[in-house]
Order: sequence, then structure tokens, then C-alpha cells
Amino acid sequence: MSNNYSRRAFLRTAGSVAAVSTLPITWVELAFATPQDNFTFAYISDSHIQHIRGNKFVNNWDRGLIRAVAETNLITPKPDFVMFGGDLAQLATKPELDHGAGMLAKLNAPLKMVMGEHDYYLDLGEYWSKLFGPQYYSFEHKGVHFVVLNSILTHDEWTFNRWPTPEQRMLEMAGLDNPNGSPFMVGEKQREWLKRDLAKIKKDTPIVVFSHSPIQKIYKGWNFWTDDAEEVQALLAPFDKVNVIYGHVHQIQYNQIGNISFNSVMATAWPWPYPSTYAQAETYLPKLTIPMNRADPFFERDATGWQMVNVNTGRVDLVYNLYNNRSRTVAFDHKRGHPADTAFQDVSLEPNRTHY
Amino acid sequence: MKRRHTSLWAVLAGATLPAAVALAGPLGLPPLPVPANNPMTPEKIALGSQLFNDKRFSSTGEVSCATCHDPGKAFTDSPLKTSEGINKLTGTRNAPTVVNAAYFASQFWDGRSADLEDQSQHPFVNPVEMGLPNHEPILKIVRSDPAYVQMFKSAFGIEPADITMDHVKMAIATFERTIVAGDSPFDRWYFGGEKTAMSESAIRGFDVFLGDGRCVSCHTIEQDHALFTDNRFHNVGVGINRIQDKVPQIAPKFLEAKAKGIDVDKAVLTDPDSSELGRFAVTDGLDELGSFKTPTLRNVAVTGPFMHDGSLTTLRDVVVHYNNGGVTNKGERVNDFLSGGIRELNLTEEQITDLVAFMEALTSPQHAKPAAVSALAAGAQP
Repeated sequence: MSNNYSRRAFLRTAGSVAAVSTLPITWVELAFATPQDNFTFAYISDSHIQHIRGNKFVNNWDRGLIRAVAETNLITPKPDFVMFGGDLAQLATKPELDHGAGMLAKLNAPLKMVMGEHDYYLDLGEYWSKLFGPQYYSFEHKGVHFVVLNSILTHDEWTFNRWPTPEQRMLEMAGLDNPNGSPFMVGEKQREWLKRDLAKIKKDTPIVVFSHSPIQKIYKGWNFWTDDAEEVQALLAPFDKVNVIYGHVHQIQYNQIGNISFNSVMATAWPWPYPSTYAQAETYLPKLTIPMNRADPFFERDATGWQMVNVNTGRVDLVYNLYNNRSRTVAFDHKRGHPADTAFQDVSLEPNRTHY
Repeated sequence: MKRRHTSLWAVLAGATLPAAVALAGPLGLPPLPVPANNPMTPEKIALGSQLFNDKRFSSTGEVSCATCHDPGKAFTDSPLKTSEGINKLTGTRNAPTVVNAAYFASQFWDGRSADLEDQSQHPFVNPVEMGLPNHEPILKIVRSDPAYVQMFKSAFGIEPADITMDHVKMAIATFERTIVAGDSPFDRWYFGGEKTAMSESAIRGFDVFLGDGRCVSCHTIEQDHALFTDNRFHNVGVGINRIQDKVPQIAPKFLEAKAKGIDVDKAVLTDPDSSELGRFAVTDGLDELGSFKTPTLRNVAVTGPFMHDGSLTTLRDVVVHYNNGGVTNKGERVNDFLSGGIRELNLTEEQITDLVAFMEALTSPQHAKPAAVSALAAGAQP
């Protein structure tokens, strides 16, 4: 239950009184920028705010987002901005998005949003966009080029022609293991935009891409997947330092493909297990047809959390705040050239391994 | 600290029996954990008892450990909400019982002491407890009072000049390790198989305790013993609810002061706002904001009022607080940092009554009270 980073973050407040330089804080020092450009941002994701009826919402999911927001507000120095990684709602309804937006409005740092499939497939993001703005965009912040993609699009046939009602379309996409779902994709239009967006960026500028689904192929059965991941990766390949941060998977994942580091973020709502591909052998894991139980069914926040992100070297380091569990840090290992958990590492990993 | 299990009852009997044939302890309690470097001896127990009851270890000469941990009140100061130290000064916390504290993985409501030895030194020098400027006055007394000189010699084999606070702490802790109690009606019913030891209502209440009440997840019961605590820290919506709007100011301010070297023990007992930060004040961990240690439920019916701040008067009030999902009055705002285990329970009135009856069945015979005092725990409602 240690929570080291909150200590460090708070101590920095103390540092304004005592001597900053004596404090063991390096994670806000930007190696590629001037000290006044130091910054961190917080990342909250996958809250799945769910409407029951009237003014009733699922309490468990509400508590997860409320707590993440309240804790984020306590971090000192204040994060420069807070990303929300998608799936604010469960079924993309107006009451869900309004209720979630109300909770996010309590953040005392600027908020930036990523679209998730649970926010989208009722009205194809119309109400979400009204609340939060464009579905894909880029921005510069203190020397880093940030890109936000809507990666949860899919084939037009599935989206426009297959389902009798928008409600059913939303329900079909909301099931994690539903065979009636359809693979996520960024799509040609957005890839064209991304190409133009990146054309003006210098190759040594650190790039951070936010998407809801992983821009890599992990497990198609659960849409831990983006169908045109390779095409997007090709657009990112010319840059020296590229980081992709994604939600959707409700668990900690990290990977390196070429120059691109991949990190996932935790959900505030509930955890997913590892996809069955992880077993690397025949598995008898029962097929999921209903949402699985909490990791610890008593402590509803168990195996959920949120994270602080530091881009001090142009690579992202994520510090996960995990309730009832030790906090974890997944940082870019510059010697090995890929992200790694700073505490939990398999010493037997062979040096030339290409998949982690 | 390494611990070994010893049979206290063998020590008390003056016997040196191997553990396997040691005298049976109270029903419902596990073997007593005793630190390897502080074994139980009759001499040390007697010394500890003397120290525990000595009022000279306070600045006014009016307060001893036993003032707030009164053997006649199950080693609490019930019915005080928060303890009264020197000059009737009150702190921020309700005096926890010493009974069975020997089993806890940490001491104080926020666990800021790891063991009884460490815990025992702090109240002497806390300004709202015994108010000494430092521990020197204690050492002066125990090094010069002939009775103490003799007792320290018997307990530790040392001369007066060699007595340190470590010896004082070890003796008090050793005495406290004798203050254990099981044999409650629940113990006789559950572990002893005595079918009529608990009332029908208490038996139904045990069902609520295990099921709809969700109590047992933190107030744990093992196969052959029950301490009714998980030794962990939870935000259950007591105290923190009062300061929740001020947390963004209070929390960083406290850590700033702590980094500058304030004494956490003094700060949390003298400043009501800092007190409500709970375990967070000790660990700085965000997920422990407003969290306090799960107390044992043994003898709970005779140790009211309840919770770390004594803010709930009856056991029924406590159950209603949990039934409301972590707020004392239904509809109040739940605090943002509430433990993930706390949610509305939707218990019926009968279930609440039964649950209270169950908790009243956790009183050990030596701490059982006449009806007048236990009425406090029973509450006014049916």
C-alpha cells in the first residue's frame, strides 16, 4: 500500500520551503528542455459511468472517477493537464456523459479527452463532441507534440448498415467478448490528417500519441487491437522518440515496437484479466459472456487506479496509483530501449527479446 | 522484530512447559505473539503493572496510563468521547482498549507505532495526555525509588544507573501482553460448540455479520480464533467527512509541516483537522487519506462511544453509519476517498438489531458490565 509518488509529489511542496535540490525528485526534470519547461500530466481513464434510471447511476463506477479526480487535485506541483483516456460513459447516453462531465469538471487542471467506443456508438460521438470538442486533434506542450486519435472507428458497413437502432449498435460494441463486434481502426481519413499533422514536426521532437485502443495488435477477440495499427505505426516511425498511451485494456501493459513505446493505463471502473493470448499455451479459461467479478469483490477499488505521467526524457514514465496495492512505475529503460516496470522485472529475460 | 509464540498462561502459572502442553488460553484467541527480545516473565509483568498505574509519570501527578485505560472500563475511559489528559485537556482520539492489543500488527488508531513497546513511550510526553517535557522525569523516579530499583533489578538484572526508557517500555509492553480476553458467549458458541451460549438474535446477527452486513471482510474471523481485525486501515467516512472540503488545503499543509520536522504524535492528537487525515499522516499514501485501523470488536459493547473520534454513541449508530454507506445521516455527502469496501447495505431494522445483539455477545466475562452500562451499547431503539 505504499504510495511513493504522492509522497514525492507532496514533498515538492515542502521543497518550496526547504531546499528543492536536496529532494530525491528527478522525474519532473526535462532532459531535452529548459528547467522552466518541466511538467507532468495526470491520466484518468475508463470510468464507464453507467445510468440506471432517473438520477441513479452505478455507485461503484461513480466512486472510481470521483476518487481519481479528488486525488489528482491533491498532487503538487499541479499537473499541467489531465488526460481522460476514453470510455467516460458505458452506453454513450446523454445522462451518462453529462454525469461524467460533471465529475470531471471538479478537476483543477485543464482537461483533454480521448474518445472511447462506449462514448461513441450511440450517436457516433455527436453529444460527446458537443461537450468535449473534436474527436482527434494535436497540440504542443513544452516541446512535446501530443496527438489524440479516435482509434475506435470501424467499417462503415458495420456502423451504418448492420443494426436496426443506434441503441443496439451501442450494445453490440459494448460487449468486450461479443463476436458481433467489429475490429477498431483509426481509418484512412484520420491517417491522412495525421500524416499532414506530423509533416511539420521536427524528427527529434518527442511525440506522445493518445488513443483509446492500443495502436498495436494484442488480442482481436477483445478488441485489444487496432486493425490499421501498422499503417499508423509507419507514420510515427520516422520520429526519434514516440510514445503511445492507450486505455481500453483496464490493466498495465507495455511494449516496444521499433522506436515506438507503448503503455496502457488503468481503469477507474474495473480490471480486465490478461487476454488469453498471454497464456502462450492452450488455456481452459472460460469464455467471458458476462463482466467478470472484481479482483477482490469486497474492495471495489481493488485493481483499479489512475496514473501520473512524466515525459522528462521525451519518453514516458508512468506511475500507477493502485488502491489496496503497491504503486507501480513503468519507465522507459534507456539501456534496454524499451519500457519496463521499475520493480517487477524478470531477470531471465534474454537481451534480444523482441516481444515483452 | 522477530516474534515467537509463547504461552502466556504457562508464564503466569510459573511453569516452564513446552508449548505443546501449555495451559489452554482463553477460548477464541490465537497464541500470543511475544517479541524474541522481550520475553514474558512474572517479574517484568509486575514491574509493567506498577509503571502502568503510576501517576507520577505525568506533569501534574494526576494521570497514569490507567487513567484512560481503566481496568474497570475494559481498559478504556468509556464513556468519554476522547480522552482527558492532564488538566482535563482532551485529545482528538477515543482511547482504544488495551485488551488484546498484544495481537495487533500496529498500535494507535493510525498505526503510527509498530508495537506495544514503541507505543508506550508516547503518551508520557504528549501535551494533551501526560504532558511531560521529555522522558527524563520518569528515569529520575525509577532510578531513585527503592521499590522500582528492586523491581528493575529483578526484571532485568540491572543497576539503577543502567535503567533506560527501553526497559520501561519493555516492562509496560510485557504487562499489556497479559491483558487479553476471550471466552465471550460468541467464543463458547462458535469455537466451543455450546449451542445456547448466544441468543437467537445474536445467532441471526452473526449471519448478518458474515453476509449482508459485509462486516467480516475487515473484522476477520479465522478457523480457530477471531481477533475481529484485519490490521489494515480503511476510510469508512468518520471524521474525514467533516473536513472533506478542506482536504486540498489540510493535506499538503500537514505534509509540509511534517517535512519541517513536526512531531506527528503531537500534531494528530492536538489538531482536530490533522487528526482526520488518519493513516495518511503516517505514510503520506493517498489511498490512506482518512483511514483508521480496523479495531477489534471484542468487548466492543463495553467500550463505547465508538470510532476513532468517539463520535458514534451506540452500536446501533455504528451499524446505521455503515448501512448508509459511510455517512452518519442518510443523504449526507460521501467523502471522495471512501474505502472501496464501504457501500450502502440496505439492512432491515431487524438485521440491525440482530447485528447489535451479536456484537454484545463479544464481551469477555471479566469485562461484562451490569445492565446499566451495557444499555449504552444496546441503544434506545428496538
